[in-house]
Amino acid sequence: MKLSSSARGAAATSALAVLALAGCSSAANSNEGTIEIDFLVDNSADTVAAAEALVDAFTEENTDVSVTLETRPPGGEGDNVVKTRLSTDEMADVFIYNTGSLFQALNPDTTLVEMSDQPWAGELDEEFVDTVSTENGMYGNAWGATFGGGILYNRAVYKDLGLEVPESWDEFMANNEAIAAAGITPVIQTYGSTYTSQLFVLGDFGNVQTADPEWADEYTAHHRKYADEPAVDSFRHHQEVYDAGYFNEDFASATDADGARMLAEGEGAHYPMLSNLIAQIEQVAPEAVDDIGFFAIPAEDPANTTATIWQATGIYVPQTTEGRERDAALQLVEFITSDAGCEIQNEHLAAAGPFPGSCELPEGSPAILTDLATYIDEGRSAPALEFVSPIKGPNLEHIMVEVGSGIRSADDAAARYDQDVVNQAQQLGIEGW
Amino acid sequence: MTAAATEVRASGARDRTPSGSGGRARSSGAVRRAYPTWFYLPAAALYVIFFAVPTFASFYFSLTRWTLFDTEFIGFENYVRFFQEPQLVTGFVNTFVYGVTTSGAKVVLGLALGVLLTSQIVARGYLRSVVFFPVLVSTIGVGVVFLALLDPFDGVVNTVLAAVGVDGPGWFTDPQLALLTVAAVDVWKGVGIATLIYIAGLVAIPQEYYEAARVDGAGRWQQFRRITLPLVMPATGTVIVLSLIGGLRSFDLIWATTGGGPGFASDVIASVIYKQYQAGFYGLSTAGNVILFLVVTAVMVPVTMLINRRAVDR
Repeated sequence: MKLSSSARGAAATSALAVLALAGCSSAANSNEGTIEIDFLVDNSADTVAAAEALVDAFTEENTDVSVTLETRPPGGEGDNVVKTRLSTDEMADVFIYNTGSLFQALNPDTTLVEMSDQPWAGELDEEFVDTVSTENGMYGNAWGATFGGGILYNRAVYKDLGLEVPESWDEFMANNEAIAAAGITPVIQTYGSTYTSQLFVLGDFGNVQTADPEWADEYTAHHRKYADEPAVDSFRHHQEVYDAGYFNEDFASATDADGARMLAEGEGAHYPMLSNLIAQIEQVAPEAVDDIGFFAIPAEDPANTTATIWQATGIYVPQTTEGRERDAALQLVEFITSDAGCEIQNEHLAAAGPFPGSCELPEGSPAILTDLATYIDEGRSAPALEFVSPIKGPNLEHIMVEVGSGIRSADDAAARYDQDVVNQAQQLGIEGW
Repeated sequence: MTAAATEVRASGARDRTPSGSGGRARSSGAVRRAYPTWFYLPAAALYVIFFAVPTFASFYFSLTRWTLFDTEFIGFENYVRFFQEPQLVTGFVNTFVYGVTTSGAKVVLGLALGVLLTSQIVARGYLRSVVFFPVLVSTIGVGVVFLALLDPFDGVVNTVLAAVGVDGPGWFTDPQLALLTVAAVDVWKGVGIATLIYIAGLVAIPQEYYEAARVDGAGRWQQFRRITLPLVMPATGTVIVLSLIGGLRSFDLIWATTGGGPGFASDVIASVIYKQYQAGFYGLSTAGNVILFLVVTAVMVPVTMLINRRAVDR
């Protein structure tokens, strides 16, 4: 029997349609045998390595579960992937994502599984719990450790020049002068990776909060502005360092990897950055890890100098994951902060600060951790602005590149940033904007 | 000869329905189609689902505050906000500077290369391939390569310049230069298409005109000015229309090289919109896209009409 050509065409089309549909549906309805779940992580090398090791260890213990690892880009692209997949009910069964203001933008009450009844929930630090909670519940476990934002410095350079860790902005500038006189770049800037330009502002927030404890709440209510004291100092300090000519000559094109190398090799003395840069330094110059220290960006008034702390990343389960898949997903979330999970995190994620959950730092942690822990223990630390206010404008990094390249003055830039955050506040529907 | 002339005209006015080969069969009253009407359905369905529906949906979403999870109707507020964006002015100016410089450079260079590559020179076929080759390379790839070549300190270009004692500038990092550098890379990448169109236009010009002109004692320049330039006008129109549309909407090359930076120095409308989209302002960025659509239409409709009229007048 022969099919007519049109019948054959129709058969081929319907076969194609069936195949396409099969591709769309996930393995959600398998009632017996192995449970298949997906785990979505960002594609940075250390995260992927840690996730792979965790999945291997987890499936070894739970032989009835198989986990597929998926990756997504970091930054703004990744935000879109996560939001789009959540809103179209296509989210992976377990995923890691930022805490704080970015987490709030996921509409957690309607998209994520509430986790406060989980066995590990009681072990989390309260500061961390706040960053993965809404009024209605707690939605995530901790991935990795907290980290600080401030000045990473080369201790060897400090020792050679007989310098001391500065407590006030003037002492910092005096140190810069001495470093420049010794022929070393005082301050590393890397606008090839634009996000690094924000540290003079974001890492300075602890100082603002100490000078004005109401600042974050009043800022959210639109009663405080970056263009006013004390917050405008952050912008002015950035300009001051540029005006003094303390940057490396290739600041406009260098990347964060260049910055890590320059700092490790002592080509530059200060690098305003996040302390988890230490993971990169461990890769490019492992012998220099103990030469790298951390201090908070000094405030005008030394009494206000406070370290700014970022909370760990969160691990979440979407509400679209149900039944046996949800049980398996929650098991994986629990496993990540179990003893075996902590060991893997320590091995691959190069902690840059204390863990918010049950994990402990390994013995002989690098010097940068001790520096950061000192600030926290002395009570001289404050959470970064993104954890105490939902308002963060998308263009801060570009505005800071302008300040650090002499395109725009500090006061003008601060006013411009105040304008930039209006979109975000309106998007979130915050009152007073 | 007539066939060649139609070819040039067709390339000059793309929007006209294709005629030519099937012209005779079609003009005989009742249309005898080669294929049944339902053959058009798959294409029509794809067009409606992937083009028409999203286009009209975007008009609606541009009037809402949209989080992907829910929408709130806010009227024209997004449009008001979009026009208040501080980088919008830079964006508009840069978009026009970029569109006009790339389009202009492609016309001049494309015509020059077209004349060169239709004349009797050695390795003509090879040189044509060389000029066309960059068109085939991925734009992002081109961006990444030029970013490395034009690095202010380790880049090949500035290393060579330094060897001859010139202090090369920061091509992509100097706020004054960044946009023009990207435009130059765009021209390098896109001039092959312009050259191709010009070659097609140039070979369609009958040699008799040149012979007659030579008999009358016209020099090379006069031949170019009085014969080549007017007769290649339809090709010029095509090049201007295509490159201006491309230039006004350009995004990929700018994003791959400067990301709109340093600061906002090389931001164009498309990159402003993309940054809003990245930040999660979905309604606002959709409003921006509607505006971009209107701006490109407002520029292109008169340009196309003007060029077509001139082509017909001739």
